[in-house]
Amino acid sequence: MTITSEGQETSTAESAEPALSVRNLWKIFGPRADKVIGTPDAELSRADLKTKTGNVVGVKDVSFDVAPGEVFVVMGLSGSGKSTLVRLLTRLIEPTAGTICLNGMDVTSASEKQLRDVRRKQVSMVFQHFGLLPHRQVIDNVAYGLEVRGVPKKERREKAAEIVDLVGLTGYEKSYPDQLSGGMQQRVGLARALAGDPEMLLFDEPFSALDPLIRRDMQNEVIRLHSELGKTMVFITHDLSEALKLGDRIMILRDGAIVQIGTPDEVVARPADDYVKDFVSEVPKSHVLTLKWVMRDPRPGESLEGPALPVTTIVRQAARAAIASDHPIRVMDGDKLLGVVDEDDIMRVVVAEVES
Amino acid sequence: MRQPAMSTARSRGARLGVLAAVATLALSACGGGSIAKETEANEKKAAAAGGECGDLNMAVNPWVGYEASAYVVGTVAQDQLGCTVNYKELKEDVAWQGFGTGEVDVVIEDWGHPDLEKKFFEGKGDGTAMDFGPQGNIGIIGWFVPPWLAEEHPDILEWENLNKYAKEFATSESGGQGQFLGADPSYVQFDEAIVSNLDLDFKVVFSGSEAATIEAFRKAEENKEWVIGYWYEPQYFNAEVAMQRVALPPYETGCQDDPQTVACDYPQTELKKIVGTDWAESDSTAVDLVQNFTWTNDDQNVVAAYISSDGMSPEEAAAKWIEDNPDKVEAWLAQ
Amino acid sequence: MTEGVAGPGLRARGFVESQKLANPDSPRPVEPGAAPPPPERKTLSRWIPALGVIVAWVVVWYLTDGKDTLSLPGVARTALHDDLTEINNDLLAGRDTNPVMLFTGALADALRSLVEMMQGIFSKPNLPRPVPEIGWLGVTACSTYVALVVANWRIALLVLASFLSFGVLGFWEQSLDLLIITGISVVIAVVVGMPLAVLVGTSARANRAITVVLDVMQTMPTFVYLLPVVLFFGIGIPSAVVATLIYALPPIVRIAGFGIREVPTTTIEATDSAGQTYWQRLLKVQIPMARKTIIVGLNQTILAALSMATLASFVDGPGLGKPVLAGLRINDVGTAFVPGALIVVMAVMLDRTTTAASERAEKVARGGGGDPRTRRILLIGGAVVTIVAVYVSRTYVDLARFPENTLGSRIADVVNDVMDWITGTFSGATGAFKDAITNGLLNPMESVLAESPWYVSGLGIAALALVFGGLRAMITTIICLAGIWYFDLWHDAMITLNMALVGTVLVMILALVFGVWMARDRRVDLGIRPLLDAGQTIPPFVYLIPVLALFGPSRFTAIVAGIVYAAPAAIKLVADGVKAVSPTTIEAGRSTGQTTWQEITKVQLPMAKGSLVLATNQGLLYVLAMVVIGGLVGAGALGYDVVYGFSRSEAWGKGLAAGITIVLLGVMLDRITRAAADKRRDDPGPRRAFFVRLPIGPPK
Repeated sequence: MTITSEGQETSTAESAEPALSVRNLWKIFGPRADKVIGTPDAELSRADLKTKTGNVVGVKDVSFDVAPGEVFVVMGLSGSGKSTLVRLLTRLIEPTAGTICLNGMDVTSASEKQLRDVRRKQVSMVFQHFGLLPHRQVIDNVAYGLEVRGVPKKERREKAAEIVDLVGLTGYEKSYPDQLSGGMQQRVGLARALAGDPEMLLFDEPFSALDPLIRRDMQNEVIRLHSELGKTMVFITHDLSEALKLGDRIMILRDGAIVQIGTPDEVVARPADDYVKDFVSEVPKSHVLTLKWVMRDPRPGESLEGPALPVTTIVRQAARAAIASDHPIRVMDGDKLLGVVDEDDIMRVVVAEVES
Repeated sequence: MRQPAMSTARSRGARLGVLAAVATLALSACGGGSIAKETEANEKKAAAAGGECGDLNMAVNPWVGYEASAYVVGTVAQDQLGCTVNYKELKEDVAWQGFGTGEVDVVIEDWGHPDLEKKFFEGKGDGTAMDFGPQGNIGIIGWFVPPWLAEEHPDILEWENLNKYAKEFATSESGGQGQFLGADPSYVQFDEAIVSNLDLDFKVVFSGSEAATIEAFRKAEENKEWVIGYWYEPQYFNAEVAMQRVALPPYETGCQDDPQTVACDYPQTELKKIVGTDWAESDSTAVDLVQNFTWTNDDQNVVAAYISSDGMSPEEAAAKWIEDNPDKVEAWLAQ
Repeated sequence: MTEGVAGPGLRARGFVESQKLANPDSPRPVEPGAAPPPPERKTLSRWIPALGVIVAWVVVWYLTDGKDTLSLPGVARTALHDDLTEINNDLLAGRDTNPVMLFTGALADALRSLVEMMQGIFSKPNLPRPVPEIGWLGVTACSTYVALVVANWRIALLVLASFLSFGVLGFWEQSLDLLIITGISVVIAVVVGMPLAVLVGTSARANRAITVVLDVMQTMPTFVYLLPVVLFFGIGIPSAVVATLIYALPPIVRIAGFGIREVPTTTIEATDSAGQTYWQRLLKVQIPMARKTIIVGLNQTILAALSMATLASFVDGPGLGKPVLAGLRINDVGTAFVPGALIVVMAVMLDRTTTAASERAEKVARGGGGDPRTRRILLIGGAVVTIVAVYVSRTYVDLARFPENTLGSRIADVVNDVMDWITGTFSGATGAFKDAITNGLLNPMESVLAESPWYVSGLGIAALALVFGGLRAMITTIICLAGIWYFDLWHDAMITLNMALVGTVLVMILALVFGVWMARDRRVDLGIRPLLDAGQTIPPFVYLIPVLALFGPSRFTAIVAGIVYAAPAAIKLVADGVKAVSPTTIEAGRSTGQTTWQEITKVQLPMAKGSLVLATNQGLLYVLAMVVIGGLVGAGALGYDVVYGFSRSEAWGKGLAAGITIVLLGVMLDRITRAAADKRRDDPGPRRAFFVRLPIGPPK
C-alpha cells in the first residue's frame, strides 16, 4: 500500500524561490482573443462569451506557485482547461495574457531561442498519447531531446541507455514503438523526458490511456522516480485518486478558472464549493485525511496518556493505535500538543465513508 | 564464422565472373556489326558533306498530306544534300511561332493563314517568316457528300436542293435540322455563316478533328448514311472514298472578306511554302531545294496513301516515291 | 486500493478527454453544457426541394424556350475573347525583350541540353556514333540492376520484361525518351513540390492559397496553356517538360502536404517540447513520419506525368505520345494502340518499382531485408553482368540498336482486325443505344439547361447547390456562375455541364454495378483491377478512333470517352468503400436473415455513402477533364472552343475563356459535391483531395 505524500512536506515552501510562478494567466481561443481581457466580457460564463464574441476561454486568470521538488497536480474534468494550462507553461500554446516565471526567468517574454533553451534544458513533458516517433528505435526516441541539442551520437546514446535502464526498459533499446505495449511506450515517453535531465517535468494525463493495472504501476514508477531524482513535477489528471495519490498539492480547475488549491487532505476535508464536494464525495476519507482534520481539543479531564502521533498521520493509520489504546491519541506537532483523537472520532470518519 | 562466409562469397563471385566472361564471348560472337566501324563511316560521311546544308528544321503539321510533302523534301535534303533534318510535329500556329526563334525553318504546305501572316510577315508583322512561293498542290475546299449519295440523288450536288433533303441529314446532334459536319478547328471555315445566309435548314456540328470527319464519311459510305460536311483535297482519304463536291454559289473575290456575310463557295487555294526569313537568307543548300520544290496533288496523294493505307513509315514512303520519280527530284536539285 | 475513488462515470468521461480546447479548429469541439447536436436530416428529404426546383425550372423553360440563351456560333468570338487573345499577341510581340522570357529561354536551353545529353546516352544516336552511348542491352541491364538494388528480384524481372517489351514492340527510342522526360519532370516536380508541400502541410493559410492554384492547374485544359508555354520555353523538349511539370506537380504537393499535415499533434508537441528548431521538426519528425504518404504522392505525380505524354507531343515533345498521335492522324487504332499500351506498361512498372522500393527501404531500416550474404552475392553478380552488358552494348550494333521485328505491327494488325470486327458488328446496335441515350436523357436535359434564359439556368443551378451543398456551396456556385457569364461562353458551358452530368450518371451506374460486384467477390476484383488500371493510364487518343467508329462524331462519343476515363476511378472508390463496411455490421445484418439484395441496398451501400459521394465528385471531375477530348470528336461546346483556341492563335482568347470556364465548372461541381459529402461524417476518407488520380495496383 502506498501512502499519499507521506514523509514529504505538505505545505508550500513559501520561503524558497518558487520553481514555477504563474500570474494572471489567460488563454482565450478565438478571433479577437486579446480584446476580451479587462472588459466586462471576461466575467461572462464560458457559454455566454462563446455566443457573444465567438471566443472560447481556455484558461481564465490563473495564478499559482510551485515549489522546487514539489509534485503539483492540476485536476479537472474534460474541458476544464488543464491540458491547455500545461501547454501554456512552455508556450506550446501562446498565452493570451499573464506571466509565467520558471526559476525566476520570464517565459512569456522569452525569445524563440531562449524558449528553446528552456524546453531543452529546464522543462520536459510527458504526453497522454506518448507522441513517440514511430520511425525511430526506443533508444533514439529517448535520445531525441539530446539530439536536438546537438549532443554527439555516441554520448547521447550512452546517456539514453542509462535512462532506459532507469525506467525499466533494459533490453528494448532496439525495438520500435509499435512493438511495445502502451505501458512500455509511456515508459519510453518518460525516459525521453528524463534524458535531458530537466529541472521540471510536466505530465499531461500521462496514464489515462493505459489499463488500470498498468496505470497503477506507472504511478508507482513516478513516485519512485520522484523520490530518487527529486524533480519538480506538474501533473495533469482527471482522475481524483491519481491526484490524491501523487500530489503534494492539488489545484482544481473548472471552466478554465481555479476552484481550489490545497493539499489532498485540505481538498477532501474542506471542499471549496459544491463542485469540489461532489468530486470528493466518494473518496474514502480515512485514506486521505490526517489527524489535523479530526482532532479536537481535549475534553476537561480527558486522559493525555495515550500514544503520541504526528499531526500529519493519516486517519486510517491512526486507527490501529486508537483501538489498541485505552486513552485518546495525542496529536503532536513536534513537541507541541495540538489536540486529541479517540476511537469514536476515527470511527465517525470511517462510518461516514461507508454510509456514503 | 565470418571468414568462411566471406570466402564463399568471393569464390562464388569469381565463378560469376567466369560466367560473365563466357557470356561476353558468347554475346560477342552473335553481336553483329561493330559500332566503331559505323562511327568511322559516319565521320567520313559528315566530313564529305562538309556542312553546306547544316540543320533543316521541318515543321510537320498534323495531316498526312503535309507529312508526305515534308518527308519527301526532308529525305531529299538528308540523302542528297547531307542535311540533318529535324522533323517537328506541330500545329500550324505553333510552327509559325518557331520561325522567329530558329526552331522551325520550313512549313511546306500552307493553306493560307491571313492572321498569322499579319503577325509574322515583313511589313505586317515582325518579319520572321516569308512566303516562299507555291508548292504545286492546289487546295480545294468545299462541301462534300459521300459518293453513294451523289449517285442516288444527283441533284444533291447543287446547294439549292439541299433543303429538300435536310430532314434526311438530321441526327441526334442537330436538333431536328439537317446536320452539316463542320471541320477540324484548324481550318478556315465559314459554314455557319453560309448556312445562315443561304437560308439552309441545317445546323453545323463540328467534328472537331480530321479523324472524326474521316470516320464519319467512311461509315456513311459503308452504311449508306446521309452525311454532308466540310472537306478538301488533296487528301489521301479521297482515294478510298471519292467524296463528291456540292456546288455552292461560286467564289468571287471579296465574297469571304466579312465572315458574317459569307454566302459563297470556298476559293481554290494555291498551297504555299512558308519559311523562316533568317533561314532563307542563310547559305544552306537546302534553301534552293525548298524554293524549287513543287509537285502535284496526285504526287502527294500517292505518298499519303503509302503512309495511311499501306502502313509505311513516312521515311519509307518518301524514299519509295523518290526512287520512282528521279526526274522530278532532279529538277528540284537543279540550280 | 485507491482505484475505486472515482466513480465509473467520472472515469469514463475523463477517459475521452483529449485536447479539444488546444485545437479550437478541430471538428465538433465538445463544449461542456452545449446542446446535443440536432438530429441529422434525412438525406431523402433533400430530393424533395430539389425536385421542386427542377419542376419550376422546367415550367419556366417551357414558357421561355430559346430566349436569352447567350449562344455563340462555333467560330465566332466576342470582344472579350479578342482582348484575351491580345495577351498572347503581346507576349509574342515582346518575346525578344521580355526579361522573363529571356530568363525562361535560358532555362529552356539548359533543359534542352540536359535532355539531349541523356538522349545521347540512352535513346538517340549520339552522332557520329550510329547508336546511343549505351545500347539497349546495357540500358536494360542497368535498369534491372537498379530495380534489384532498390527493390527485389520480382520487381527486377518486371523491369526487365518492361524494357524488353519497349524494344520488342518497336518503340525503344520513344519509350526511353518518355522515361527521360518523365524522369526530369518528376525530379523537378519533387524539387519544386516538396517545399510547397511543406507550406501546405504547416500553414493553413498557405494551404488555402496553394490549393486554389493547384485546382486550376489540374482542371485547366493543357491546350490552353500550351501556346504560352511554347512562347516562354520554345518548341519541343523544354515545353514538353514544362507542360508535364504543370500537370504533374499538384499531386505531390497535395498528397505530401496532406501527409505532413496529418502528423499527429501529440508527436509534434512532444518533440517541440524537447526544444527542437523548425528545421529539426521538419526533417526529423514531419517528413519522416509522412514518408509513406509522400511516396503515394510521388507515385501519383509519376502517373500524371506519364498521362501528359500525348499532349506534350502536340508541341513536338519526344516520347511515346508521337506514335500515338501518328496513329490518330491516319485513323489507325492499331498503330496508336501499341505505344499506348507501352505507356500502360511503363506506368505499372514505375508504380510497382517505387512502391516496392519504399517498402524495402522501410524493411531495411528496421533491420529486415533478407539474408545479407545472399544479397551481397546477388548484387555483386548483378553488377558484373550489368557492366558486361553495358560494355558489349557499346561495341556491337545489334546489342545497341534493338533488332527490328514485326511483332509490334502484327499486334497492331490484330487490334485493327478486332476493332473492325467490333465496329462492323456492333455499330448498328451502338448507334441505336446512342440515339436512345441522346434523345431520352441528353437532349431533354440540354434543352432545359442550355435553352432556358441564362438567368433562369443560373438561378436553378444556384438553388440546387443550396439544396445539396448548403449556403456556402451556393455562394461558391454563384461566384463561379458569374465568372462563366463574364467569359461569354454561357451556352457552351451549359452544354458541357449537361454532358458532364449525363456522363457522371452513366459512370455511377457502372461504378455501382462493378464496384459492388468487386467488393463482394475477390476474384472479380483481381480480374477487373488490371483493366481499370489500364483504363486509367492509357492515353484517351488511343480509344478515340474505335469509339468514333462506333458512335460517330457526337456528344455521346465524348461522353463515352469520358466514361472510359472516369469509370475506373469511380468503380475503385465504390469497391473500396463497400469493402470497408465493417464485417461485424454485415454479420449482424445476416443474422437477421436478410437477402443478398437487402444486404447490398440496406447495409453496404448506405454505409458506403461517403465513398459514393466521393466517387460522384471524382467522376464529375474526370468526365469534365475529358471535355477537351470531346471537342475533338464532335461534342462541340467548351471542348471545341479550347481546341479551336489552340489551333488558331487568333482565337486563343476564346480558348482561354473556355479553359477558365471549365475550371469554374470544375470548382463549382467539386464544391457542391464535397459540401454534400460533408453532410455525412461517416467516411473521412480521402475526400479533401481534389481530383486525385487514384493509385493503380492490386486490391488492398
